[in-house]
Amino acid sequence: MTVGLFIPCYIDQFYPNAATATLSLLKKLGVDVVYPTKQTCCGQPMANSGFEHLTQGCNNLFIENFAEFDYIVSPSGSCVLHLKDHLHAESSENEAQAIGIRKKIYELTEFLTDVLKVENLTASFPHKVGMHQSCHGQRGLMLAQMTELVAPAYSKPMHLLNMVQGLEIITLNRPDECCGFGGTFCVAEEAVSAKMGKDRVADHVHNGAEYITAADMSCLMHMEGILRRQKSNVKVIHIAEILNAQEF
Amino acid sequence: MSKGTKDHAQLSDVFNADEARVNWHDETLWFVRAKRDKAAHNLPEWEMLRETASQIKDNVLSNLHDYLVQFESMAQENGIKVHWASNGEEHNQIVHSILKDSGVDRIVKSKSMLTEECHLNDYLQHNGIEVIDTDLGERIVQLANEPPSHIVLPCIHKKKEEIGDLFHEHLGTPEGMADPVFLTAAAREHLREKFITRKAAITGVNFAVAETGEFVVCTNEGNADMGAHLADVHIACMGIEKLVPERKHLSVFLRLLARSATGQPITTYSSHFKRPRKGQTMHIILVDNGRTTQLGRPDFRNSLKCIRCGACMNTCPVYRRSGGHSYHTAIAGPIGSILAPNLDMKEYADLPFASTLCGSCTNVCPVKINIHEQLYKWRQVIVKEGYADPKKAMAMKAMEFTLSKPAVYKTAGKAGRWVLKHIPFAVNNKLNLWYNHREMPAVPKQSFGEWYKENVKHD
Repeated sequence: MTVGLFIPCYIDQFYPNAATATLSLLKKLGVDVVYPTKQTCCGQPMANSGFEHLTQGCNNLFIENFAEFDYIVSPSGSCVLHLKDHLHAESSENEAQAIGIRKKIYELTEFLTDVLKVENLTASFPHKVGMHQSCHGQRGLMLAQMTELVAPAYSKPMHLLNMVQGLEIITLNRPDECCGFGGTFCVAEEAVSAKMGKDRVADHVHNGAEYITAADMSCLMHMEGILRRQKSNVKVIHIAEILNAQEF
Repeated sequence: MSKGTKDHAQLSDVFNADEARVNWHDETLWFVRAKRDKAAHNLPEWEMLRETASQIKDNVLSNLHDYLVQFESMAQENGIKVHWASNGEEHNQIVHSILKDSGVDRIVKSKSMLTEECHLNDYLQHNGIEVIDTDLGERIVQLANEPPSHIVLPCIHKKKEEIGDLFHEHLGTPEGMADPVFLTAAAREHLREKFITRKAAITGVNFAVAETGEFVVCTNEGNADMGAHLADVHIACMGIEKLVPERKHLSVFLRLLARSATGQPITTYSSHFKRPRKGQTMHIILVDNGRTTQLGRPDFRNSLKCIRCGACMNTCPVYRRSGGHSYHTAIAGPIGSILAPNLDMKEYADLPFASTLCGSCTNVCPVKINIHEQLYKWRQVIVKEGYADPKKAMAMKAMEFTLSKPAVYKTAGKAGRWVLKHIPFAVNNKLNLWYNHREMPAVPKQSFGEWYKENVKHD
């Protein structure tokens, strides 16, 4: 089994630690991982802004880079969901490749729980952690149950966090409210976006989080921007970094 | 209502100038969402009810013509006069002509979002007819000369002290009196006189039953009943999508409606109107106003399943922090944002973008409308139709250029990180909207791609 590692553009540029943690975690679990070096972006920033018709270049590039792998894994639920929903080939003869990718692409935590069926980890992270359920991962990829639905609770990321030694998950007042990032929404609707971010951060801080984690770095980037502006000691950390941590 | 020169983002900016008020608005609506959750979680069959309601409405939308004709003929058999209006203007004219023929120039009206959509009050007042809204929340916003900010809770944006001031000014209550019980009693007394003296009453319609020709009006205050029972003329206004095929289907919708709206098991009054009482005339106006156009849009047709519970507004993190008026349309929030562009794509081009696409609206919707997916699709339509900001279009093209070429992307990434590190004030300034309330990410030593090239051995 060879896994193609997809590192979304903003993680590549600003959060390389989340990417190296993902790579090292997968390797630790015995996975053969390859990072195609000519990758860029899933195209979501354009598509969510109404410019899906401009994403064919990104789509072509993605298919070129990733069609050959058995699985594609990425530490970002939002980008994975976008590709699952919207990846198309330019010509119909290549559409099978696009469909193939849409079926074999996984967000990191669902790959660990559903494909690798990880039941224990050697990680240790002795801290109080708030789990942010990123909307696209939670609702789109169904990584966790939604509070609106009358259905049994579950959470794939929490299931993994519970395997980490010393880690304490704090309880939030609103377990699955959006952080307000929303791609270009964060600048197009700056007032509401920032207010949503402030409120989300406050829920974690008031409930005693030392770290806020998520399976999506974009939400964390947003909340980190607010925490740093507030000069808070609370930090954000991608879930891959926790699952890969050896802190005692 | 028109946005004038301000769009949703600008109106939200104004709303957010008073953060304490935003917190209060958010908490108030979150409280309603929490009540809804409690009510829904008390029914183990909740998801089955949602699915059933969704399928019933799918059937209605696929056979709308037949059900409408059936409803018309049954209603006529019951002695109701049935009118058809293709748009808001026609609807308003029909109401006006009924009132003129009846010699009535003062009326009471219970809650009807359709009449808000058609701007009936303005039209009638323009034609010399006085309209008193009898739903307490609607009466409050009417006294304030404002439109409702929420379809179920029209004055949810007002604090009780502000309502006290309004009542002091208009109803003569003591200055500074803000006790809800006292104010409600004052409103009751004020409205009772209107119910007794007005000869015509308008109501909305929550559900109309094709099988029987009856319609159902749901209220908590009994104001629709007070109005209709005391008036010689009862006019019910309904959108053509309000039909259910059979009476038994109400057992699904009535269980979903109030639980989704306010967390109540059922509305206090769910009144069935089937035929006029002796001496009364009863009219029903079936209004299209863009609904058949929406029905013809495959991606958006199932927005017509909406039963106007308002749950998507209460759950929407954007609505709660921007207020209903920021949507500058009769139906605010997520559902309004997928309905309004159908009526006027240019005027409402901003609304599908007033969302993070989080999807909570879709999950809370009792009839399973895929609201957030439709928001995404409306964005594509609006851009293709040329209603996007040209500056945004240019930015998107630049982004496309960078992201579709690995070499350009690598150079741009490196350059961007270099700028952020060495001349941060080029980015950390007022022109960067991110920077208003948020710090930029710290700049790492190298990108992951650069690290990988240096540190991972290749075959």
